[in-house]
Parts: sequence; structure tokens; C-alpha cells
Amino acid sequence: MHISEGVLSAPVLLSGGVLTFAGTAIGLKKLDYDRIMSVAILASTFFVASLIHVPLGPGSVHLILNGLLGVLLGWASFPAILTALLLQAVFFQFGGIVVLGVNTFNMAAPAVICYYLVRPFLKEKKYRAVAGFAAGALSVFMAGIFMALSLALSDSGFFSTAKMVVVAHVPVMIIEGFITMFTVTFLARVKPEILFGKDSDPVSQ
Amino acid sequence: MTFERFCQGSSLLHRTDPRFKIAAAVALTLVIALCKSMVGAVFGLGVSLVLLGIARLDFRQVLWRLLLVNTFIAFLWVMLPFTYPGDTIWAAGPLKISREGVALAFLITVKANAIIILFISLLSTSTVADLGHALESLGVPNKLCLILLFSYRYIAVVNEEYQRLARAARFRCFRPASNMHTYRTFAHLFGMTLVKSWTRAERVGQAMRLRGFNGRFYSLYEPHATAGDFVFLGVILVAAMAIEALELGLSLLMFQG
Repeated sequence: MHISEGVLSAPVLLSGGVLTFAGTAIGLKKLDYDRIMSVAILASTFFVASLIHVPLGPGSVHLILNGLLGVLLGWASFPAILTALLLQAVFFQFGGIVVLGVNTFNMAAPAVICYYLVRPFLKEKKYRAVAGFAAGALSVFMAGIFMALSLALSDSGFFSTAKMVVVAHVPVMIIEGFITMFTVTFLARVKPEILFGKDSDPVSQ
Repeated sequence: MTFERFCQGSSLLHRTDPRFKIAAAVALTLVIALCKSMVGAVFGLGVSLVLLGIARLDFRQVLWRLLLVNTFIAFLWVMLPFTYPGDTIWAAGPLKISREGVALAFLITVKANAIIILFISLLSTSTVADLGHALESLGVPNKLCLILLFSYRYIAVVNEEYQRLARAARFRCFRPASNMHTYRTFAHLFGMTLVKSWTRAERVGQAMRLRGFNGRFYSLYEPHATAGDFVFLGVILVAAMAIEALELGLSLLMFQG
């Protein structure tokens, strides 16, 4: 899911950096000090998710769950994903600093889009499962598209590689859809305040 | 599971002020990432190997790390030689290998590895706690640094909680496979991890407010730059400029030729 350093061109790196800067600024502005602890722990959970390998046919894929993070955090997904990716870069050297902007944007922008598109449907019980699946699948699909675009815009010769990136994301997208769906319905039953905020009444959910 | 494998040590790089190391890493990475010629990239790789030597890390662990990180690069080697447009140097049926594709894959491999080695020797030789404080004094917003420091603090805790649940599932004969039961189980394990982390976040937040937390950490280590730090950064900047000069010189030569 990461693009490593040394692949992308200067304009793409710069635009990714600027977009991530803007997204993070909005996310931090909307975030008050009381919620910092929650965002930080969700960022660590997101990091741990990337260590969980789920079997897929003969191989396995690791979880991404940016859709789940998006519906939970909204714009705060930007600082959370930025943090998780920075920690991955320092711990495992996946990604890097110059490409951090692009990698963050590729995952956080779909998360924010899911927040606006999908979150309203999570409140209603009959749409919840479908909305959960949509959040997981859409966010990974969009992340794949953004990743492919970053490659294709850097060098037109990357076009076939970019197409392969999108194709490779399709099975991941389905798994993420199911896992996000089950996680969302689980949270709605077990701890609805994570999904809907403090004032939610568990009985009416 | 230990995440920070390289931060223990007493080498020159372990002792250098993290703020200077961050600045050095950004400057060198920028220059190497944007190299278009092999000469610049190889020079960059040389600089990062020298830094790795100075950091005196466990060679086998570094090698193992490099192997893992090169998986994305391996993907490029599978794709680029066959799909990048250019002169064909080898063909078998519909498969054609282009000279430009091989050259580009090679260039990316050198650049990416140079940057990874740089990263290991400059940034992974500090703890994230030190890097977080350094970032704050370099002007990164306070809230972002708090998120970084808190999530760094809780990654191991969250991971342990997840591992405990996964172990419990294994004891109950859960065997992962490609089916709906597996996906539901993973979702519930992860969901439970989320619930536990969430309540932990609330508890910790309350405990910190109770003790008068006002959004600032007071570190016991006041950062103070030594003359050595300035010399170090100076040398790195000269190296970065040398790589850039090499690049510019080469592109001028190409332009004239």
C-alpha cells in the first residue's frame, strides 16, 4: 500500500505534501484537546491493524481499515494516518519522509470521503451492514486509484504498473469491505458511543 | 514484539541532537529522491552507507530490514522492464524487455535503498519520544506532536491486547482460512481491541486531566545543540549540495550533448 521513496516525480510529491498539509491543518483545527487521546489511540490501533494478516487464497493481505477510521474520525483521519505512517516509516522504513505527504493523502482522503458519504447511513440499523461494507470497500478502492494516479502522473511509462495496482486492490477491497462491515455492526452492538458519540442511547440503536 | 530495533547505541549518530538529524534526513532524502541520473543516486547511496557505518548497527538486522522493504521494489522489477516503453533488448513471444524499463527499475532500486539506509541510520537511531520533542521544537503543531507521542506510547499496549485476543481465539481452535467465518472472527477481534483501546483512552485522558495536564509535556532533557551537531549538519548539507551539483552538471552535459 505504500509507495516507497525514489519513485515519484517532484510535482506529485509536492502536491501530495500540500494536500496532506491542508487536510492535517483542517483535522487539527476541528480537534479539541479532549479528543486527542482518542485520536492517538485510534492511530495506534490503525497501526496494529496493518500488522494483522488475513488469509486470502494462497497468500495473505494485511488490514488497512482506513474506511473504518474515516467513519470514526472524519477529518481527524489526516493527523491519525499521518502519525501511523510516520511511525511505520521510523519503525519499519516503509514509506519515507518525502513521500509521506502522498502516502497520507492516498489513504486519508478516501477516509474523509467515506465519512461524508457513508456515515449518515450507519445510524439506521437496516442500512448499517451495507454502509459498513461500502466504507471498507470504497476507501480501499479509492486509495488504490489515488496510488495509481500518483504513479501514472509521475511518469507516463508507469501506466501499466498503475493499472496493475488497481487490479491488485480489488480482492483487498472485498476483504476490507467484509471486515469493516462486521466491525461496524459489532461496535454498534457492543459500544455504540465509539460510532455515534457520547450522547447515543444504546437501547434505541 | 519490539518495534524500535536500532535506537539503542552509543555511536556518534545516536548522540547527535534529533533536531539536526531530522533536518539532515529531510535534506538528503529530498536530493536523492529527485535524482534522475544513476551517478547522483550511487553517490547518495555512498553517503548513506557511510552514515550507516558511523551508526554501527547490527549488520544482519539492517540487511533483514532491507530485504523486507524491497518487496515493493520487487513488484516494480516484475512490472517495469516489461511495460515501460523503450528500446527492446530481449524478447520472447509477447514479452519484451525494454532498456529504459530496466534502467528505471535499477535507478529506483538504488535510490530507494539509499533512502532506507539513510532513514535507518539517521532517524531510527532516536526513540520516537525524542523525535516527537524534536519535531515540536522545529515548529510542528503541538496537537500533532501529542498524537504522535501518545500513539507511540500505546502501540505496544494495543498490539499486546490484540495478541491476547488472537491467542484466546487460537486456543478455541480458530484456524484462519479464506471464508466468512474467518473475516467475521478477525473483525470481532479487532472490534474488541478497538473497544478496549477506547475505554483505555478515556481512562488515561481523565487521569491526565486530574493531574493538571494542560496540553504540554515537560521533558527532563532540555535539548541543547553542541558545536558537533552544527558541524554534522554542515557536512550533511555539503554532501546534499554535492549530489545536487552532480545532478545539475550531468543534466547540463546531456543538454549540450
